[in-house]
Amino acid sequence: MATLNKIIGSVLATALASGACATATFAGEVTDYSPVTQQRLDNPEPGNWLLYRHGYNGQGFSPLKQIDAGNVKSLVPVWTFSTGVNEGHEAPPMVNNGTMFVATPYGQVLALNAKTGDLIWRYKHALPEDLFQLHPTSRGVALWGDKLFLAATDDHLIAIDAKTGKEVWNTKVQDYQKGQYMTLEPLVVNGKVMIGGSGGEYGVRGYVAAFDADSGKELWRTYTVPAPGEPGSNTWSGDDWKNGGGSVWITGTYDPKRNIAYWGVGNAAPWPGDQHPGDNLYTSSVIALNPDNGKIIGFHQYHPNDSWDWDEIDSPILIDNLSYKGQTFDGLVHPGRDGYLWVLKQDAEGIGFVYGEPFVGQNAFKSIDAKTGRPDVDPEHKPTTGKPVSFCPSLWGGKDWPSASYNPDTKLLYIPANNNMCETIEGQKQKLVVGQLWLGADAEHAKLLPGSDHIGELQAWNVETGKQVWMHPFEKSQLFASTLTTAGDLVFVGGTNDRMFRAFDAKTGKLLWEQKTNSGIMGMPVAYEVDGQEYIAIQSGWGVDAQRIQGMLADTDLKLNADVPQGGVVWVFAVKR
Amino acid sequence: MDSAHKVGNGCNAIPQARSGTGPARRHLLQAGAIAMAGLQPGNARAGSSDQDRMMRPRPGDLLVHAGDDRPCVAIDAAEILPGDAPVIAWAMDPETKLVRDGSRLNQIVLLRLDPATMEPDTMARSAGGLVAYSAICTHAQCTVSGWIQDRQVLHCPCHQSEYDPRNGAGVVAGPAPRPLAALPLKIAGGRPEVAEGFIGKVGMSQQNM
Repeated sequence: MATLNKIIGSVLATALASGACATATFAGEVTDYSPVTQQRLDNPEPGNWLLYRHGYNGQGFSPLKQIDAGNVKSLVPVWTFSTGVNEGHEAPPMVNNGTMFVATPYGQVLALNAKTGDLIWRYKHALPEDLFQLHPTSRGVALWGDKLFLAATDDHLIAIDAKTGKEVWNTKVQDYQKGQYMTLEPLVVNGKVMIGGSGGEYGVRGYVAAFDADSGKELWRTYTVPAPGEPGSNTWSGDDWKNGGGSVWITGTYDPKRNIAYWGVGNAAPWPGDQHPGDNLYTSSVIALNPDNGKIIGFHQYHPNDSWDWDEIDSPILIDNLSYKGQTFDGLVHPGRDGYLWVLKQDAEGIGFVYGEPFVGQNAFKSIDAKTGRPDVDPEHKPTTGKPVSFCPSLWGGKDWPSASYNPDTKLLYIPANNNMCETIEGQKQKLVVGQLWLGADAEHAKLLPGSDHIGELQAWNVETGKQVWMHPFEKSQLFASTLTTAGDLVFVGGTNDRMFRAFDAKTGKLLWEQKTNSGIMGMPVAYEVDGQEYIAIQSGWGVDAQRIQGMLADTDLKLNADVPQGGVVWVFAVKR
Repeated sequence: MDSAHKVGNGCNAIPQARSGTGPARRHLLQAGAIAMAGLQPGNARAGSSDQDRMMRPRPGDLLVHAGDDRPCVAIDAAEILPGDAPVIAWAMDPETKLVRDGSRLNQIVLLRLDPATMEPDTMARSAGGLVAYSAICTHAQCTVSGWIQDRQVLHCPCHQSEYDPRNGAGVVAGPAPRPLAALPLKIAGGRPEVAEGFIGKVGMSQQNM
């Protein structure tokens, strides 16, 4: 049971925090802060939200059930808070015993009273004036000890005092001027703050790295594209590896039992596969790492030689004791950007293949190998240099980075999918200029399939049968946001261009509740509890890729309005007792 | 990034980029990213020349190709042809030959248009058919490195903003909120020269940045 932290101080003050580039505005201080320990992270508390997806397993499941399918129709807003900035608000509001920590675009972190919505402190990382942001967002702050960790778009990793909002340390990871940046929420295991680097679109070489939570010192770095002589290097040609992409920009998952972290890896760079021949390990893969030293334990490549911009960046959901066709295993479940639901298993070799099943229309793979899962790619639908090639799903995939969730009660997986949207890409030879976009392609030619009557789909899958159980279509909208599922037999999701936040019956898919918000939602819902009251929280703030899809849809026969309003607001809901 | 082209211009002894690209419906101008060496802590280049490199284009400055392999040769008006894709350029002090490449916000996009197609304000800032704008997108500050040949518009590849160079680089598509800042030109000695500094704000509104 969570208790509300006391807040002291009412005098507004502005101070420069340590480090040259940060300011924190203080309205108060969190007292009685509950330090975050490994024991707490290994055993996620129902009333708190301490990790990106509540638990290390990435399930996005809350055991809270005060709000349920029977009473969710009475869900009402209890407070809101304007963040003061535009663009895509993608971060889950993190909650630790009555204090909420919210990361927003432009390097801001808010500490709020989770019960009242009162501001405790506001941290602002001063971004460089010449920063260019392909993805101006943050996917959240990580918690460890009495610190928060922010991976900023100027490629600095910053530790913030959770009680005061003061900067504790600030480590430059790489160089934003080379297109290296970060947007993900870090993953902390045993005091090691793990991050990954974005920038595949600029020709960077991806990596996962760990930093000491106390000092900010880098402990290890494992590149997702091997150098010559390293395992996997024979899947690259010449110097392609130097700018091979494989960026890492969504939080990993972690198995405490085996001490293995799983990280999804982005696509190879530039986009057309003929410009980087070979399988291109470990791009469009999941890698298993030892968080103590970064050593790669195993991997599975979902598809080799990516040519579609299909990052397989979302880390697999860990589901123990899955059964499928007579075998029982600890599963790694990934609804892929390539449109396949991939079910893998943890085994002695690291990662094994179980099955793959398309969950949206997909014409790029003729089939997949029943033993290895390797796709048989149709060259007619694989982009190449010098001619336009069409394929489905679009470059945003069957499911982009927004996370699916898994409910151990219903045993269903809830996928925020997009269907009926295809793409044409024409590969072009482009010289790499440091700091400039380097796609190697003329992109953004997404089209709807003729006759299609919807795009977004909230899908529920039984991963033990490989069958879809229910699906809710969204007639004139993409679905671009993560799902939350709760023990109250509910699934929450935003993600549509009508600005709605919705709750569905987790068993049947029936729409039970919806609330129009200020902006479109591309954030991650969470559930938490303070003083015995359950709350649902979400950031509403449209931008980034949801906006780009909207711009594309505005040019189709749907003739949608490209103007979905922007401006971030934290919304918190409860069923009043 | 060893195989990549670095940015800057030979005049200031910064590792270089090369311009040029094959024909394509959307051209990427392939030059003019960042050369910020003088801004980095501990960098030996710090000094008054770095302040000059940081300065926005000033009246009287000449233009040089960003990332050109050649030494600091000012762009000649005759080499920018009608119908060609725009070039990315830096301003250069005509006396010291110092190129103002100390901030990526100084990048300029330069092209030649048919004067008969220009709106009056654009015409007034042009010289001999040449027009110049800031190359920094007003949405998220990416380099406006693209050119859509069939529609003759400047294109930002990051979020698909498009600007009409005939009409003050006004926004014709995409999320950009404002036109590109304009850079008035004049012709002196057959070379385009900066007539006055940028008109309009360079880059995005600094929302909490």
